[in-house]
Amino acid sequence: MTAMLEFDDVVKSFGSGATEVRALRGVTLSVAPGEFVAVMGPSGCGKSTLLHLAGALETPSAGAISVGGKALARLDAAGRSELRRRDVGFVFQRLNLIPALTAIENVMLPLELTGEPGRTARPRAIEALEAMGLNEQLDRYPDDFSGGQQQRIAIARAVVGERRLLLADEPTGSLDTASGDEVIELIAALPERHGTAVVLVTHEPRFASWADRVIFLRDGRIVDETPAIAAASR
Amino acid sequence: MSVREGLLALLADGPRNGHQLKVEFEAVTGGVWPLNVGQVYTTLDRLARDGLVTRARPDGDDDGTGKLYQLTAAGREELAGWWQLVPAEDPPPRDELMLKVLFATTLGPTHALNVITEQRTALLALLQGHRRASRAPADDVTSAMVRDALVVRAEADLRWLDLCEARFHAPPKGRSR
Repeated sequence: MTAMLEFDDVVKSFGSGATEVRALRGVTLSVAPGEFVAVMGPSGCGKSTLLHLAGALETPSAGAISVGGKALARLDAAGRSELRRRDVGFVFQRLNLIPALTAIENVMLPLELTGEPGRTARPRAIEALEAMGLNEQLDRYPDDFSGGQQQRIAIARAVVGERRLLLADEPTGSLDTASGDEVIELIAALPERHGTAVVLVTHEPRFASWADRVIFLRDGRIVDETPAIAAASR
Repeated sequence: MSVREGLLALLADGPRNGHQLKVEFEAVTGGVWPLNVGQVYTTLDRLARDGLVTRARPDGDDDGTGKLYQLTAAGREELAGWWQLVPAEDPPPRDELMLKVLFATTLGPTHALNVITEQRTALLALLQGHRRASRAPADDVTSAMVRDALVVRAEADLRWLDLCEARFHAPPKGRSR
C-alpha cells in the first residue's frame, strides 16, 4: 500500500554558517492512509517544521518527502498549491477563518478554488459541517460562534472535498479542555469516517492518546514511538 | 486507605455479611482492588476486637444471610474521622516512576533522558489503552470515575516527565560567575 505521507531522512535547516539552526536532523516516517499519528516533543523540537514540510509549505534541506505517492521535490509551485487545495488540509491553533465569510462560505471556499460550482459545493460543505456536529445557523459569521465551534468549522474546511491528509498543529491550543476533547474526538473519527490520514502536533498527552501511534521528537530527531494500534481495535 | 476504612464506609449504609462486603468493596473500587472473603472476615474480626463493629444478630446464621455486621458508635466516629482526614505529604510519596527518574539522573543527563523517553512512551501507550476503554460506555458511575482517575494520573505522570526533560535543557539558575 502506498503511504499517505512519507519522510525519508529529511533534514531541515534555517539560516547558514554560525547562525544555522537544524530543525530536523534526519527524520524518516511513514503514515498509512487512514492512520492517525500524533507528534509530541518539547518546544523547538521540530514538530511544526515537520508539519509545514508535510504540507509543502516549506522545502527540505535534504531528504525526500512524498504525499499520496507524489514526490514533493518534483512539484513546482503550482503543483504544490494544487496538492494543498485537493489533497491536504490544515488546521492551526489560530483559527484562520475568514471573518467576512459565513461559516458555510468558509467551508465552500476550498471547493470553489478548485473550480467546483456553488450548487454542488454548498451541499458538500453542509455535509462536512454536519459531520463536525454543526447543522444550524450556518449562515452566521465566525465571530458568532464559540471558539470550539470555530475550530470545528476550520476542520470542516480542512477536510471538505475528501482531502486525504489532515495536518493539525495544536488545534486545541486556544480551547478549554472540554471543547478540546470534542474537537479531538471529531478529528479522531475522520480516519474511520472518510479514510483521512491525520498528523496531529500536540504537547498534550490527553489529546495525543486518541492517536493510533504517537511519535516523540527531540532536537529534530524521532527518539521513540508507541506501537501502532490496528484500525480494528480502535 | 486500607480495607478497614473501606469496610467501615460500606457498613455505614447498614448491616452486611462478609460476602456482601467483598462484592460491594470490589464494585465501589471499580475492580482495581480485588479482595478474598478471608481478608474481609479477618478485617471484620479486628474491627470487632477494637469495638468498631458488632455482630448484628449474634445468634443469626440460619436465615441464609450469614453473619451480619454493623457499625458501633465508636465505628461511626472512626469513620467520620477518616472522611475528614486529608492526605498528607509527610513523608513524601515514594512513587516508583519518580524514584526511577531520580536514580537515573545520578548516571548523567543522557541516561536520564533515555529513561524518561522509555517511560513516556510506555505511559502514552497505557493512556491510549485507557482512552480506547473509555469509548465504551461505563457500567456505572464508579467505573467511570476509576477510568477518569487512571487517565488523569497517567496525564500527570507524563506532564511531570515533560518538566523533568525541560530541566535538563534549562540553563542552571542562581550560579555566580
